[in-house]
Amino acid sequence: MNNERVALSVSDLRKHFGAVEAVRGLSLNIRVGECFGLLGPNGAGKTTTIELLEGILRPSSGTILYLGEPLGDRFRREAGIQFQHTALQDFLTVREHLELFARLYPRARPIAEIMERCALGELAGRDARKLSGGQRQRLLLGIALVHDPAVIFLDEPTTGLDPQARRNFWSLVESIKADGRTVVLTTHYMEEAYRLCDRIAIMDHGQIIADGTPRELLRRHFAGAVLSLPLADLQRASIDLGNWRVHQDRAEQVVDDLEAALDALRVQGVGLQHLQIREHTLEDLFIELTGEALRA
Amino acid sequence: MRLRRILAITKARNIEFIRDRSALGWNILLPLLLVLGLATIFSGDNQPLYKVGVMMAAESAELPTGDAEPLMNLRFTQFVPEFDHDRAVRLVERHRLDLLVDFEQRRYWINSTSPKGYSLERMIAGLPGVALERAVVTGEQTRYVDWLVPGILGMNMMFSCLFGVGYVIVRYRKAGYLKRLSATPISPAEFLIAQICSRLLVIMVVTCAVFAATEWLIGFPVLGSHLTLLAVALAGAVAMIAMGVAVAARTTSEELANGLLNLVTWPMMMVSGVWFSIEGAPAAVVWAAQCLPLTHLLDAARAVMLDGASLMQVADHLVILLLIGVGFLCFGAWSFRWRDV
Repeated sequence: MNNERVALSVSDLRKHFGAVEAVRGLSLNIRVGECFGLLGPNGAGKTTTIELLEGILRPSSGTILYLGEPLGDRFRREAGIQFQHTALQDFLTVREHLELFARLYPRARPIAEIMERCALGELAGRDARKLSGGQRQRLLLGIALVHDPAVIFLDEPTTGLDPQARRNFWSLVESIKADGRTVVLTTHYMEEAYRLCDRIAIMDHGQIIADGTPRELLRRHFAGAVLSLPLADLQRASIDLGNWRVHQDRAEQVVDDLEAALDALRVQGVGLQHLQIREHTLEDLFIELTGEALRA
Repeated sequence: MRLRRILAITKARNIEFIRDRSALGWNILLPLLLVLGLATIFSGDNQPLYKVGVMMAAESAELPTGDAEPLMNLRFTQFVPEFDHDRAVRLVERHRLDLLVDFEQRRYWINSTSPKGYSLERMIAGLPGVALERAVVTGEQTRYVDWLVPGILGMNMMFSCLFGVGYVIVRYRKAGYLKRLSATPISPAEFLIAQICSRLLVIMVVTCAVFAATEWLIGFPVLGSHLTLLAVALAGAVAMIAMGVAVAARTTSEELANGLLNLVTWPMMMVSGVWFSIEGAPAAVVWAAQCLPLTHLLDAARAVMLDGASLMQVADHLVILLLIGVGFLCFGAWSFRWRDV
């Protein structure tokens, strides 16, 4: 890969907390202008990894380069960060927070532009403590954008938001992507990763266990489709559930040859009135690779 | 650029303080109420015991016994060793000593307008074997409340400096706000300077307001220059804010910070002379008090207010305060951590 096209280059990154090795020899390249997603179950090392990339934590060993240089003043000026948990200063309004952070950088976008982009206009004079979850996340994104960063880190930005607020936030991230900025995102939501990320890396136990574009990964790990039937219909036909994944009142099976699978079910006398067929999702891949469901 | 960042953080912290009405009210009302309450309680009153200064040749010398000097047998009297004759005479002039005696010169000094001095003189006259030459000084009495005002203002500054900086930094760190700032170009030194500037501004404004209000309400003398007094207050505030920075440099628990700040403030309040003079206290206490910034702040402020001391006459206190400030600030900047790792 051409080094000029790589925004962040990570090589053999390790981080110890006492005896615990949270990140174990991680290597990856994040290209300029792409949205890179970091997925993994709780405790996989996502937040530690992103904080190492942000320069907030110092690695125990390994290297991180930003545009070919070690993380330094240039990176600090050009990186925008939205942490998973960020407290803001008490008693300051939305506008005052944006003004405060704008003054910490050598150059900044006009505050009015940031407020318009993040839909904060009507909230300008509101005490930041009185914002809803979605409004607060938009303010934090505004703070991350206030100095016109080239690379933006978003650590689980939509956790805890209602579906509508989450979709609004996705639109914002898509507009940031459209500017050509590099986005590094961690998330628990597969739908979010699928919609926003150009490439993803799935982490478990401090290591990357798969990476690529979402479609590439699905193609690489799955063929065929997923059949879903009511559990009761299968039990009525005395079907052995060993190859089925049971979830609440339905059971799913991954099949390579859809026609042959449907014929076999008909022969065994399974009613197909409530049959659902779907493509594989990142959730399937995640469960396949990590052996556990994502937890928000 | 650095100044711009410092000013931005300073402004944000000031807004936070001003809009936090409970904190603002507490900072202004507490000292005002204390001064007014104590002024009422101690109006027209002096300390309950007779206080006699005894001139000593050296700090290692011991007070004479009652066998050697019958005057030392007086009951209900506190004998305080004094080593600087001019200073001791000033204390008699200000009624802070009821009588001063120099056994080597066989002489004593009293204030002709002091009722206690008069009483003591009558008692001495009744003692057998006491032959001392009389010297008279004059001067207005220092009311207890006049002496107390600098103490209470200084105490309020101490709490405001230490808790207003130390506790706030720890709260910022625990909440993750410092972590967010660490992702910006601001340096620890710039952040700490901004905190100091913000608190210094707040403290000076609040202290001047309370000073003016108490001066108007109860009236007290300021024999020295107000500008000198301002310089003393500034130096004291810098020293105590720096202490707060040092305590908060890497503390991550609000409970621990609270304990550490109390550990620093309470002894200062007790031995630095806020409520009463520590003259006559055990040598170890006096020595310990000299290590504390509040002692130097109060000694200098009282010297300016009650004795009319000039800037040069309190320069030693100012130098010590600034040294304490620089020392703690260097330690705080060196050991500062944005987050709890």
